[in-house]
Amino acid sequence: MAAHLSYGRVNLNILREAARKELREFLDKCAGSKAIVWDEYLTGPFGLIAQYSLLKEHEVEKMFTLKSGRLPSADVKNIIFFVRPRLELMDIIAENVFSEDKRHSSVDFHILFVPRRSMLCEQRLKEQGVLSSFINIDEYILDLIPYDGDLLSMEYESAFRECYLENDQTSLYHTAKGLMTLQALYGTIPQIYGKGECARHVANMMLRMKREFAGSQNQILPVFDTLLLLDRNVDLLTPLATQLTYEGLIDEIYGINNGYVKLPPEKFAQKKQGEASKDLPTEPKKLQLNSAEELYAEIRDKNFNAVGAALSKKAKIISAAFEERHNAKTVGEIKQFVSQLPHMQAARSSLANHTSVAELIKDITTSEAFFDNLTVEQEFMTGVDTDKVNTYIEDSISQKDPLIKILRLVCMQSVCNNGLRQKVFDFYKREILQTYGYEHILTLNNLEKAGLLKPQISSRNNYPTIRKTLKLWMEDANEQNPNDISYVYSGYAPLSIRLTQVLARPGWRSIEEVLKMLPGPHFEERQQLPAGLHKKRQQGENRTTLVFFLGGVTYAEIAALRFLSQMEDSGMEYIIATTKLINGTTWIKSLMDRPESQAP
Amino acid sequence: MMKNKPDEEDYWNSSKFKAFTFDDEDDEFSRLKESKQAVNSIRSLVEEEDDEDEVEKVSWSGEPVGRKTKPGNFQPFTDSLSESSVKLYAPELRKPKSESKDYISDWSPEETIHRMQQGKVVSLERFRSLQDKLLLLDFSVRAHDGNIITAVILFTLTSIIRVLFRELESRQTALRHFIHYLTEIRDHRLLLELLSNLFFSLPFSPEESAHVQDHYTLLERQIIIEATDRLAEHAGKVEIFQKFPRRASILNMPLITTLYYCCFYHYNEPEGTYSSPLNIRHTFRISEKQYFVTVLAARAKLKAWSDLDALFTSRNWLGFTKKKSPLSFHRVVDILQKNSAPTQVLQEYVGLVDDADLRIGLAQKHKCHDIVINTYRDLKDRQLLLGYRGKVERGSAEERKINDLLDSPVRKRRNYDHHHHYQHVT
Repeated sequence: MAAHLSYGRVNLNILREAARKELREFLDKCAGSKAIVWDEYLTGPFGLIAQYSLLKEHEVEKMFTLKSGRLPSADVKNIIFFVRPRLELMDIIAENVFSEDKRHSSVDFHILFVPRRSMLCEQRLKEQGVLSSFINIDEYILDLIPYDGDLLSMEYESAFRECYLENDQTSLYHTAKGLMTLQALYGTIPQIYGKGECARHVANMMLRMKREFAGSQNQILPVFDTLLLLDRNVDLLTPLATQLTYEGLIDEIYGINNGYVKLPPEKFAQKKQGEASKDLPTEPKKLQLNSAEELYAEIRDKNFNAVGAALSKKAKIISAAFEERHNAKTVGEIKQFVSQLPHMQAARSSLANHTSVAELIKDITTSEAFFDNLTVEQEFMTGVDTDKVNTYIEDSISQKDPLIKILRLVCMQSVCNNGLRQKVFDFYKREILQTYGYEHILTLNNLEKAGLLKPQISSRNNYPTIRKTLKLWMEDANEQNPNDISYVYSGYAPLSIRLTQVLARPGWRSIEEVLKMLPGPHFEERQQLPAGLHKKRQQGENRTTLVFFLGGVTYAEIAALRFLSQMEDSGMEYIIATTKLINGTTWIKSLMDRPESQAP
Repeated sequence: MMKNKPDEEDYWNSSKFKAFTFDDEDDEFSRLKESKQAVNSIRSLVEEEDDEDEVEKVSWSGEPVGRKTKPGNFQPFTDSLSESSVKLYAPELRKPKSESKDYISDWSPEETIHRMQQGKVVSLERFRSLQDKLLLLDFSVRAHDGNIITAVILFTLTSIIRVLFRELESRQTALRHFIHYLTEIRDHRLLLELLSNLFFSLPFSPEESAHVQDHYTLLERQIIIEATDRLAEHAGKVEIFQKFPRRASILNMPLITTLYYCCFYHYNEPEGTYSSPLNIRHTFRISEKQYFVTVLAARAKLKAWSDLDALFTSRNWLGFTKKKSPLSFHRVVDILQKNSAPTQVLQEYVGLVDDADLRIGLAQKHKCHDIVINTYRDLKDRQLLLGYRGKVERGSAEERKINDLLDSPVRKRRNYDHHHHYQHVT
C-alpha cells in the first residue's frame, strides 16, 4: 500500500490516514450505492491518497469522468461529483443533473469540492437551477498531499503565477492552513525561518491562526524542529537549469505527473523468444515512480552519469541471486530460494524498466542539441558573456526551436546578469515576437513582471557576488561519488539549497550581505511549546527541518536536500513540502498567456 | 488620460466627440458640451429615430432591449467593443450640474416612463440618487411594460456598478478579486468598462507599442496577401500556386512565417509590393541573419539553387571578393542538407567553410570528395589521402585523382598554384 510513506524520519502515513479517514466519513454520509463523477484533474492527486479498493469498500460501484451531456446510466442511489471549484465545471454538472432528471430517476446528488467550497460555484449552480438537487455539498481539504516518504505537495499548479503575477494570495492561505493541519498531527514547530514576501505572509498567517486557537494547547511532542519557508522568487535561477539527476531528467524530458510518468512504449516491448516482435505496443508505458520501488529509491537522486554504473551493479547482484538456484541442494535450501523468487522477480522487472528508461534518456543526453544547450546554460551560470547576445539562442530562434526552450535560456541569461543590457533585451524580444508571433508580448510581459526577464536597471550585477559567496559553482563536481550538492546540476549548486545548508550551519548571520541582495525579507520566529514538550535530544540525534518551497520545487533540489540528509556529519534531516513539483518547462508554461498557441 | 471629476469623467467616457478631446482646450470642451446639448434637445423635439442617437440615448419603440442596427450598417470592431455595447443599457450619466436647465431633464419620473412607452427619446441620467432611481423603477413597474422595466433596472444597475467601481479603487485586493470574477464569468463588457473607468492603462511601454503597431501592420498585410493569393490560386493562372498549392491560410501566422511564405511564393516581386520579401524585411526591421536563414530555407525548399547563388554573391558589388553570409557556412550547409540539396550544391558551400577541420568533417559527411581530397592535398598529408582512397568508389574519378596526387608528390608542390586556381574555376 503506502508503506514507503512511513519509512522516513517522519511518518507521513499519519497524514495520509487522516486524509483517508475524512474521505471515508464523507462517503458514509451518502448512504447506499454510489457512483463518483470525477473532475479528471483530481484523479491524480486522489490516487496518492486512496485506491479504488477503499472507495469500493464504501459502496462506490461506478466511476465516470465529468463530461458534458448525459450521465452514463449507473443504477445507483447516489451520484457524487468530485470537482475543483471551477465555474465551467458547474455548468457541466448542471447539464448532467438535468439529463438525469429527465430519466425520472430517484438518484441523490452530492458534491465534494476539492480543496475548498466556493461561494461563486454554488451561486452558479443556483443560477442554473440545480443547487437544490444536491443533498450534500461538502469540501475536502486536500492541502498537503503525501507524495513520498519525505515529500509533501499541494499540487497547486498556479500558485507561483497567482502570487507573483496576479497578486492573488489564496494559495498562501491554503499553505498556512495546510501547515496548521500538519502541526495538529505532528506537533507545533518551535522555530520558523523564512526568506521572501510570501514566506513572511505565510508565517504571519500561521502565527495568527495559532493565536486564534489559543484555548487548546497542542499536546503532541514536536516532530519537526524547524520550518524553513522559501519563496521561489528568491531563487529564480535553479528551475531554469536543466536538471541532471535521473529523476530530474525523467521529469524534464517526459514530465512526471502525480507520481506517474508516461513513456514511449517501443523500448518496453516484451521480447518473447522465437517470436518476431510483430505488434509493437502503441499505448504509452505508464510507470509509477516513488521510493516504494527499491531500485528507484536508490538511483533517482544520482547524477545521470552515475546511473549506468548503478544499474549494472544491480544487474550483477540480481543475476547472482538467480544463480543461487544451482547451489540449492537440500529441500530446505530450495524452499528458501523459492520463497525469495517473487521479490527477485520484482527486482528483475524493475531493473528491466529502469534500464529501458535510462536508454531513452541517454539517447537524448548524448545528442548534440542537449550538449549545446547545456553548454550555454553552464556558461551563463558561471557568468561567461551574459551581457551579450548569445549566438546559440539567436540560432535556436531562427531554427524555430520550441519557444519554451528559448524563454528558459533568455530568462537564465537575464537572471545571471541581474537583468539584460537594454540592447540585448530589445534584440531578444524582437526576435522572439517576429518568429513566434506578436501575441507572445503578453508572455514576455508576464516574465518581466515575475522578475525572470528584465532590462538591467543598475549597472551593478550582483550575481557574481552571490555566486561566489554561496559557492554556487563548483569546478570539480564529482558525479559518481558526490561530496557536495552541486552534483545535481553537474557543477551548479542550487541557490535555494545553499540557503538551507547555510541556515543549518553556520547560520544566516554569516551571509547577511547576500540575503539582502535577494528579494524579500528574511526572518525568524519562535512558537512557544507547552511545558513538558521540549525535546530532550539524545547525543548525536539529528534535527528535523521542514523546508517549504512556496511556488514550486524541482526534483534536483529535492535530490540535493536528500543528499544533505544523508551526509554523515550534517546532523540534519530534511522533509520537503511545496505548492507544486515543477521544472523549467512547466514553470515557464504556467507563466505564459495562451501557451497552446505556440508556433509549431 | 486626464483625471476628471466624476461627472466629467462620465462625459468623457461616453462622448462620441472623443476625437476632439485634446487635453487642454477647456473652452472647446464646454462649447462642445453646449452644442451637444443643443443637438440632443433638438433631436428629442423632432422625435426622429436616428441611428446615431442610439449611442447616446435609450429609445424605446417596443423592441427588445438592444441597439438597432440597420442591415449592412457595419459597426467598426472597436466601436462595438468600447462604445455601443457599453451604451446598450448604459444611458448617459454625463450631465454636469450646470445643466439643470436642460430641456429633457425637466420631465418627472412618471412623464419619463410615459415617453418611453411612446418610444420617444428620453434621458435617464437626471435621476441621480438611488431614491430617484427607485422611484423611476416603481413607475416603470406600474407601466407593465417589461422592456421598460428592464431598461430602468439596467440603468440603475449600471450606475450602482459605477459607484462600486469607484469604491473599489481604494480597495485593491477586493478590486482584483472582482476583476477575476468578471473574467471568470466572461463579462467582458463590464470588465472593459471597469478597466476604462479606473484609468487602467495597458501595460505597454513605448517600445512595446511599436511591437503592437507591427502586429497590426502585419495583420493588415496578411489580409491583403491572403485575399490576393487565394484569388490567384483559384484562377489557376499562376504556376507556383499550381505546383505547390498553399497548405494553410497565412492569416495570424508569425512574421517570420509570413516572410517565408513570401520568399516561397513572391520572391522576385519588386520591393514596392506588400508581399515582396525585401519590403517585409525593411518594414519590420528584420535582422540580416533572420532574413538570410528564411530566404535560404524557402528557396532551398523550391530547389531554386541559382537564387541562393545570387543571394550570397550579390555582395560582390560591394567589394567583397568571395561569397559572404551573415550566418556561418556551416549552418548554410545544414539548412541545404535538410532540404536535400544535391552534392554539387552542397560542395560549393562546404568549400566556403573557413575552419579546415569543420570543412573536412562536413565534406566527409556529405561525400564532397573533391573538397576532402583538396584539403588533404593542401595539408600535404599522404597518410590521410591513402586512408581516404579506401572510402571513395573503385575506379571513380576521385580515386584517379587521389592516385595522381600520390604518384607525383613533387609535381604536387610545383603545381600547387595551378590546382588552387582550378578549384576556384569550378
